Amino acid sequence: MSSNGIRDRVAVVGMGCTPFGEHWERSADDLLLDATQECLAATPNLSPDDVDAYWLGTLGSGQSGMALSRPLSLDHKPVTRVENYCATGSEAFRNACYAVASGAYDRVMAVGVEKLKDSGFSGLLRSDPPGDGTAPELSLTAPAAFSLLDPAYCARYGVDPGAMREAMTHVAWKNHANGARNPKAQFRSVVSKETIERAPLVAGRLGVFDCSGVSDGAACALIVRAEDAPQYTDRPMYVKGLSLVAGPARGAMDPGYDYTTFPEVVHAAADAYRQAGVTDPRTQISLAEVHDCFTPTEVVLMEDLGFADRGQSWRDVLDGAFELGGRLPVNPDGGLKSFGHPVGASGLRMLYECWLQFRGEAGERQLAEPRLGLTHNLGGRPGGCVSFVSVVGPDLG
Amino acid sequence: MTSHAIVSYAAYLPRHRVLRDELGTALGIRAGRGERAAASFDEDSTTMGVEAARRLLPARTAPGALYFATTSPAYLDKTNAAAVHAALGLPSDAFVADLAGSARSGIAALRAAWLGGGLAVLSDVRTGRPGSADERDGGDGAAAFAFGAPDEAIAEIVAHASATAEFLDRWRAPGSPVGDQWEERFGLETYLPLIEDAGQRALKAAGLAQPDHVLLVSPNSAVRKRAVKLFPARLSVGGSPLGHTGAADPGLALADLLDRAGAGETILLLSAADGCDAVLLRTTDRLPDARQPEPVAGQLAAGRPVSYPAYLTWRGWLDREPPRRPEPDRPAGPPSARGERWKFGFTGSRCENCGFVHLPPARVCKECGAVDAMTAAPLAGVRGTVATYTVDRLAHSPSPPLIDAVVDFDGGGRCTLEIADAAAGELAVGARVEPVFRRLHTAGGVHNYFWKARMTADTREEGSTT
Repeated sequence: MSSNGIRDRVAVVGMGCTPFGEHWERSADDLLLDATQECLAATPNLSPDDVDAYWLGTLGSGQSGMALSRPLSLDHKPVTRVENYCATGSEAFRNACYAVASGAYDRVMAVGVEKLKDSGFSGLLRSDPPGDGTAPELSLTAPAAFSLLDPAYCARYGVDPGAMREAMTHVAWKNHANGARNPKAQFRSVVSKETIERAPLVAGRLGVFDCSGVSDGAACALIVRAEDAPQYTDRPMYVKGLSLVAGPARGAMDPGYDYTTFPEVVHAAADAYRQAGVTDPRTQISLAEVHDCFTPTEVVLMEDLGFADRGQSWRDVLDGAFELGGRLPVNPDGGLKSFGHPVGASGLRMLYECWLQFRGEAGERQLAEPRLGLTHNLGGRPGGCVSFVSVVGPDLG
Repeated sequence: MTSHAIVSYAAYLPRHRVLRDELGTALGIRAGRGERAAASFDEDSTTMGVEAARRLLPARTAPGALYFATTSPAYLDKTNAAAVHAALGLPSDAFVADLAGSARSGIAALRAAWLGGGLAVLSDVRTGRPGSADERDGGDGAAAFAFGAPDEAIAEIVAHASATAEFLDRWRAPGSPVGDQWEERFGLETYLPLIEDAGQRALKAAGLAQPDHVLLVSPNSAVRKRAVKLFPARLSVGGSPLGHTGAADPGLALADLLDRAGAGETILLLSAADGCDAVLLRTTDRLPDARQPEPVAGQLAAGRPVSYPAYLTWRGWLDREPPRRPEPDRPAGPPSARGERWKFGFTGSRCENCGFVHLPPARVCKECGAVDAMTAAPLAGVRGTVATYTVDRLAHSPSPPLIDAVVDFDGGGRCTLEIADAAAGELAVGARVEPVFRRLHTAGGVHNYFWKARMTADTREEGSTT
């Protein structure tokens, strides 16, 4: 895979993020306005019409660029609506960055929103084109699809199912503990391991606490050329690498695929690391926001992203390697698990945590001098998915 | 008159059984002992008909016609036999038709096939109100017969005779799930002379005084009980092996007897439904080598209990709280038609270049990238192994929880399929499974037919001994 990358050519100079949660009183329009207002308020003298172009990411809370231009009353701006499953927010960000890097625009904004709690149903809804009714994802829910990772991982590496259960529990416990320190997270309490393991089953061995929060929320980023960044802020966040991979959905048809990895993530990570000049992610990455949609996903992602050896991540998880005080803090903001997962906003929410950490504004979660942050966003399911990886940092070079 | 002979037969009995004592206890009535064969929530007359017909021996030439008989058609206005035809992968130049509505449709399908050749598929789901005789003493199942040239015959039609009368014994208003019955003895008294008349004329036409076997089936239970006294037989007198099964009754009775009958024996099949049809058959010496692999008695014995509340839920009598998930969309017409060979025939594609099997069929090979270099890969008759599986307690299902497995097929091909007829604790990685034709759900009045995987009989036995 060859991608030239745009290392250090664009910078994030402002971000906004609403609290995630069940916002019964706020519409998608409200959330979009709240997030963009928060972002622009931090960059004085900038109005929505000073932004040259917008990218809006939403899976299902609106269609077309007008889903943003209408609530914000934008004055005839280019607004592109993108969708890429649960990686939608990251995809809005990626395309916005490329627009600035190309020289087409000076100032752009990537915005992501999702209003999930108006449907009245549990979990995510699908809106598929008319079909013949045979696709398994029509009936099998997301937690069930990701639950396949757990027994497959145990079988492949000879991991005792009890130990794997402990690792999954540890992921949920850690992300809830992190979320408890985050004023914008959907779930802000520390949850005991006993509570996690005693929760009602959803699919396979996954209980309610193994699943990410279903929530409403919006997040956004203001992006400019790197050399212009100091005009807006003294602490910009530079984009080091951006990669997106859409898999051929081969695993679902290939008896050689064993449900212990996401090949799409491995490809996206390698591409992003190459662009960013990352050769040893375990030592070079200071924090990672990853797509912990379900607890076994985070266990497997640690290996796919190169944070742990194959077959070993469950052990590293249990050893605390990815806790706030561990060797590579993962999901310091609580992750999808406790920050919540308003689909179109999630990718930008991950970047928001990097933004806060680099600026020293992460409060009780603040890490000491983070130098590189990674965000990983995934859409689809084991056997066929899209995967996004970014590397960002507070310094040029 | 040209007459075709039976060249192959097969029956399909659903796996589930309602235990009558559990039914009786639940309703506070005397329901007797024994059990009732019950179609699963994902089965209907069409899917069971497919399963019976799939078990027929491979035909020397593709059947040119298919007659599908049922009193419980999955659709009206639309030919259900066309779905059976598609699932069997029969050639498009075949004639197919439903004979739907009354119990006599079963004999009508057999008669059409013996006169013109082809397949007769008799299938039914018999539903009664909770506590009714139809619920207690009925049964669900299907039987299929292939009619062909005399030199392949396992049983020939020697003679037949019919009698018809208009009277009110069993009836059901269109749209109603359950039927009515007049006083049973009125039907009995009306049927007796009709049976006598048709039976004697058939015997006379064949020049036979006494057949070796007599089979009597009827929607009227008093008639069924009288069978032994009506026509004496040299060897056996019997009827439907699983209670009244509607239009499938004569087929299941005949299949059960063909499982046991010797070569060169005569069978008088009497079907008393709004008259009486008498068919005299003679088995040939080919029968013992051409019996169906899973006899009716064996299938009956291989049942497993379904709880009475679950059965009531399946039939719609118990309206239980669904998961907080949206109902599935109805399958769309054009994609279903484009995907007929996949959706109904479970046919994928195999790359001519590298052999990689694609389920569903693909135009571009996932392995080597070759474009439009595919041949059909029909996998309905191929077994597979469970690579991994999960129990989905959140998914919308007519009978939660939904169990899905990733199945790797012998000779190549992987597909994620729902598991049929299994409880959550039974499945294991490595279990052997086979595709079965089922109805995934019904949405917007459209039945979503597709294939599931079911544990093979040998896997189930292994599971029960460990």
